[in-house]
Amino acid sequence: MTNDDDRVDTLDPTDEVAVDPGTPTEGASAAPRIRPQKPARPERTSRSSGIGGLIAKIALLGLLDAFAVWTVFVMVGLHMWIPVGVTVLVTGVINWIYLGRGKRLPAKYLAPGVSFLLLFQVFVVVFSGYIAFTNYSDGHNSTKEDAVASISSAGAKRVPDSPAYQLSVLQRGAPLYLLVTAPDGTASIGTTNQPLKAVNNAEKDSTGRATGLPGYRSLNLSEVLDQQDAITSLKVPVSSNPNDGFLRTDDASTAYVFKSDLTYDATADTFTDSNGVVYSDNGKGEFQQVDGTKTLSPGWKVDVGLQNFVKAFTNPQLAGPLWKVIIWTFVFAFLSVATTFALGLFLAIVLNHPRLRGKKIYRVLVILPYAFPAFLSGLVWAGLLNPEFGFINQVLLGGAQIPWLTDPWLARLSVIGVNLWLGYPYMFLVCTGALQSLPEEVDEAARVDGASPWRIFRSIKLPLLLVSVAPLLIASFAFNFNNFNVIYMLTRGWPRFTDTTLDIGSTDLLITMVYKVAFGQGGVRDYGLASALSILIFILIAIISIIAFRKTKVLEEINS
Amino acid sequence: MKVTKRSWVGIAALAATAVAATALAGCSSNTSGEDLSKGSQTLTLWVDTQRAPALKEVAAQFKKDTGVTVKLVVKDFANVDKDFISQVPTGKGPDMIVSPHDKLGAYVQNGVVAPLQLGDKEKDFAKVAVQAVTYDGNVYGLPYSIENVALIRNTELAPTAAKTFDDVLAEGKAAVTAGKAKYPFLLGLDPKQGDPYHMYPLQTSFGSSVFAQKADGSYDASKLTLGDESGVKFATAVKQWGKDGVLNPNITGDIALDAFTKGQSAYYLTGPWNVPAIKKAGIKYSIDALPSAGGQDAKPFLGVNAFFISSKSKNKVAATKFLVDYLGTDAVQEQLYKVGGRPPALTSAYDAVAKTDADIKSFGDIGLNGVPMPAIPEMASVWADWGSAELQLIKGDGDPATVWNTAVTNIQSKIKG
Repeated sequence: MTNDDDRVDTLDPTDEVAVDPGTPTEGASAAPRIRPQKPARPERTSRSSGIGGLIAKIALLGLLDAFAVWTVFVMVGLHMWIPVGVTVLVTGVINWIYLGRGKRLPAKYLAPGVSFLLLFQVFVVVFSGYIAFTNYSDGHNSTKEDAVASISSAGAKRVPDSPAYQLSVLQRGAPLYLLVTAPDGTASIGTTNQPLKAVNNAEKDSTGRATGLPGYRSLNLSEVLDQQDAITSLKVPVSSNPNDGFLRTDDASTAYVFKSDLTYDATADTFTDSNGVVYSDNGKGEFQQVDGTKTLSPGWKVDVGLQNFVKAFTNPQLAGPLWKVIIWTFVFAFLSVATTFALGLFLAIVLNHPRLRGKKIYRVLVILPYAFPAFLSGLVWAGLLNPEFGFINQVLLGGAQIPWLTDPWLARLSVIGVNLWLGYPYMFLVCTGALQSLPEEVDEAARVDGASPWRIFRSIKLPLLLVSVAPLLIASFAFNFNNFNVIYMLTRGWPRFTDTTLDIGSTDLLITMVYKVAFGQGGVRDYGLASALSILIFILIAIISIIAFRKTKVLEEINS
Repeated sequence: MKVTKRSWVGIAALAATAVAATALAGCSSNTSGEDLSKGSQTLTLWVDTQRAPALKEVAAQFKKDTGVTVKLVVKDFANVDKDFISQVPTGKGPDMIVSPHDKLGAYVQNGVVAPLQLGDKEKDFAKVAVQAVTYDGNVYGLPYSIENVALIRNTELAPTAAKTFDDVLAEGKAAVTAGKAKYPFLLGLDPKQGDPYHMYPLQTSFGSSVFAQKADGSYDASKLTLGDESGVKFATAVKQWGKDGVLNPNITGDIALDAFTKGQSAYYLTGPWNVPAIKKAGIKYSIDALPSAGGQDAKPFLGVNAFFISSKSKNKVAATKFLVDYLGTDAVQEQLYKVGGRPPALTSAYDAVAKTDADIKSFGDIGLNGVPMPAIPEMASVWADWGSAELQLIKGDGDPATVWNTAVTNIQSKIKG
């Protein structure tokens, strides 16, 4: 409920950014290069102030450049060309800024802030925007190569009761060979695309396992560990008939016979299963049966254009609940602002009465809820509102069994109520401040004219108050629009809607819905959809804020 | 002086820029700088804080034997599955993780785990544990512990073990009428969405299950068995229990534990995670086999914790060796039992532990008769309606058959999408 992020950062005009010629300070250890009797021309003056600063500057830039050069080397080695470009550009710009003369002074002060802004705000926003146009989600979280590899490796199944072959890894030239010992003690050798052939001159160890073969080099453990990928991807056909399966190993000490349920054909880009059913790329980031609905898992990430936005409003699982959530979000944000403002203003006026005693104590008590973190309050209130054991029903209502958090409408009421408790102190503070800045004379003049207190409040105090408070109300609306903590800690957005598989409920706001769609337990985590919904939130808040700020301009004319 | 001060501000700004630029560059660069096509001499394993110490010793032994370092990275266990799914495709994920088996469906769906060949060691593990880490006919993990609920009895309030669930209720109510207890029977429910997990042993004792199981123990997503006749029988019983006050939707897990540790009930259906608190409270308890409510065996859901290998690992040989030959040994499984307090999945280790720890034996004997929690992604479509139907019946709304069948129809349409 609090608005910590509505402060506007302004440049203090008293900050010195003017370029004045550096005059040598007394006691400066550096020998000034400018002769004292000749005033230097401002635009030619280097702004270095003593040797210390210069050294620090050179050292820092040097460190930065050294780091940049090192990362460029690493990235070139990994063929990451875009990051290389970014690094070179960023480093170049920074050097240009800090090695420059006076004219670039503003940039020196702005550069750090701008870099952080780019990194933590702009990049994140742009990336989320990009994700909204992809199908990035559970089952579509990687590249096509990964998907093909995964499907192939899951499709290769060990033949039931296949005997375990003891094996050694051998090498002749570049290719690796598997030397296997069948349970009956016969040794044979083979490699990928080279079926097993029995050998009878193998060297064996005491357990009867073949360990070497003349003309081949046996690999020791550390050599095996250096080539793990090559070894685990060896597929040695058991015989010249491919339907007999192949030998594979995962641990380089035993091999089993495998058969592939699914084989990938790289030229046609299709999978074929053992029954001859063909699966091809359907353009949606998955392999699909040519004339059927069955798809292979996993799929991969592809760009889907506006599909996520369309899905949000047309998918029967999503459309109905989404509208309910959007409407509730507006209602919640509006009611939160209205109720907290009403209560905060009421208390501020009451506690502003000149003849009231013990104002300070009252004010401290009134502000207390503001001192509790919303996280904690949400959890505590969830306990207080338990239908049977909660303090509210047990003590305050004498053992009534009111389902505060489990009935859809009562849950909505409870959320508003708890948010009122959390939020009114902020409004109270704001209004107290605004009230105390109102001129007394206006009040007196109205009283002399015989206006009733209510009339004074309605026609004079409130409009004057709104001038300074209205922008805060708009900010508060925007904040409550995304008030994740209260909802998530108190109700988790439940009670759940029963007409959808998604974990969405009666008290969900758009933001908690986005969170659950993206990171929720149970159900598919759909980052693409969540990003699309985030963009929707952004659009809604932007529109509301623009309209509201236009409207408040009217208020500002009261004072002028 | 002014000038000096100002330029120092400039220096500070430069320093900040350097930091920012470093961060910018660091975001996009892989700083490991090694040739990625080769296996490295380091295996990374994501573990939780609790289990990390138990694995230090075996990691050191592995290093001594093979020269490969096992780096234990402690992760937040609540989010480890999400992190794993999102990081493996980037190529920077771990080689191995520890995870509960019910996430396996999501791992396979995302292609982030590699099949694991247990080979001849498969028969050394509890069958149900291997079933749990099997998906689509492939074994994916090395199980190390099992976890399930059981009935905990307060021996001061109920000195003898009950044979059936009706006896449980009779004894529990007797303790209440005698003024010794407040509740006849405790089971933590969620007032917002019920708790089918805890209710499952009661349900299976009526012969009702959620999905049909194939021969290898894996679940068949096309066969939702929730709506059969026995399911309706169970629904009728649930409504009756709600009416009798045996099940109370407002008793959350916390409230149930609190009540039992205060000795306010004779019976409490819960898992090993609450045993330490019960011990601490000084309650004299005994863990019994689950009494049947509907005449058949009460089978709880079984959770299996296991080690999995990443599909993108470049060190599959070393990782497989470490899992099968090192973590699948008595010594390590017993170490893990010591820190986790759960029955080991390796049969020989379980037998050794069960001799000295009666609680583990009680939980384990129930668990070995249990059914693995379904790991299929379709399970996500089941929980909500299943829980809310049970909740509705406990509250006494509606006709059991109608409520139950409506939920089943909903679930079926959700699975179809």
